[in-house]
Amino acid sequence: MTIKHHLEEDTLLAYAAGNLPEAFNLVVAAHISLCDSCRAVVESYDTLGGALIEDADTAQMHQDSLARTLAQLDETPVDRPAPAVETGVLPRPVRDYLGGDLEAVRWRPIGMGVKQAILSTSNSASARLLLIPAGVAIPDHSHEGREMTLVLQGAFQDADDRFARGDVEVADGSVSHTPVADIGEDCICLAVTDAPLKFKGLLPRIVQKFARI
Amino acid sequence: MARRTPAPPAPRRLSKGTMTTPGPTQEKTTAEPDWVSLMRRIQRDRDRGAFSELFEHFAPRIKGFLIKSGADQSMAEECAQDVMTTLWRKADQFDPTRASVATWIFTIARNRRIDMLRREKRPEPEDLPWGPEPEPDQADVLALQQDCALLRKALKTLPAQQRDLIEKAYFGDLTQSQIASITGLPLGTIKSRIRLALDRLRHSMK
Repeated sequence: MTIKHHLEEDTLLAYAAGNLPEAFNLVVAAHISLCDSCRAVVESYDTLGGALIEDADTAQMHQDSLARTLAQLDETPVDRPAPAVETGVLPRPVRDYLGGDLEAVRWRPIGMGVKQAILSTSNSASARLLLIPAGVAIPDHSHEGREMTLVLQGAFQDADDRFARGDVEVADGSVSHTPVADIGEDCICLAVTDAPLKFKGLLPRIVQKFARI
Repeated sequence: MARRTPAPPAPRRLSKGTMTTPGPTQEKTTAEPDWVSLMRRIQRDRDRGAFSELFEHFAPRIKGFLIKSGADQSMAEECAQDVMTTLWRKADQFDPTRASVATWIFTIARNRRIDMLRREKRPEPEDLPWGPEPEPDQADVLALQQDCALLRKALKTLPAQQRDLIEKAYFGDLTQSQIASITGLPLGTIKSRIRLALDRLRHSMK
């Protein structure tokens, strides 16, 4: 699997520094579960965090802090590394939100055969899984905020670019696009946005209100 | 030492260089207590003395970090203790060929901060198919520690403006746009300064 469309450095840095909304953290975690090169970049930013904390200003701990923590250790069970979970279509961070792989998704139709499942994250941004049937186009739309779409199964074509498993498309207000799923396999994506999508036609806009997209 | 699975695709460091065998010229980096061997003692023997040493050094730093991130004194105190308890609980997951002790503690403290300030969990990537080795390769451990020491040194030589922005990004729970409104600098300037700082750090790691 060759991933061609990666996340931007800004986004990876913000993930390592802990400054992204939960839904965006999810798409980054899912992408780097599939992308070794972005994972390496994030880990280098974690290293930078470690270097900063080493030389950070210290704040004095309470006098009996260590004693209290040591006492706490008696009641602290030790974590044994969890057995490796079998890999599925969805990367583990996404499965954690669903409590399972694809079979656990509760799809809701939003028109034209497209289905979605909203994942429960904090309100500052939203995350959902989208299923676009093979060969179907998502209506022409643009974004008020930022949207990141990670392909988890199948592929879609958007203008000149093709996005397959592991690829992320990053779009903002300036992009109006009509992604079309490849023929051959239904396309499943994790789409994350910090603002509602705007559709150009009237009908999809009504659908949008009901479907919360 | 042979790995169970193919070697990871890229070193988890800022440098893209190949791993070097530790030479005698780099010995001055070991002046500090050897945090990795203290972790080792916790992993092997649940050694409380080793834990106490790590606590004395890192807990005040974690607390400082949390206060800078907007926690009040008592919250920061409690969370710093939590982070250290987590270190004890998850000690077996620490892999000295992949992270320094400071890096690992940073990731625990960052996640605790997100939980504390925003009441959110932070989605973590899928674990790699290979876990920590029971006997990590000492050359790998040393090489990683040396890279971390180099990075700390490089960080100290960054121009104050750039270092300040990096610190704000890591310690402030601030987005780049929020940093822009606090500092009054245009977002583009923030972005380019942070990028410049990262490039500089990468360069000095070569």
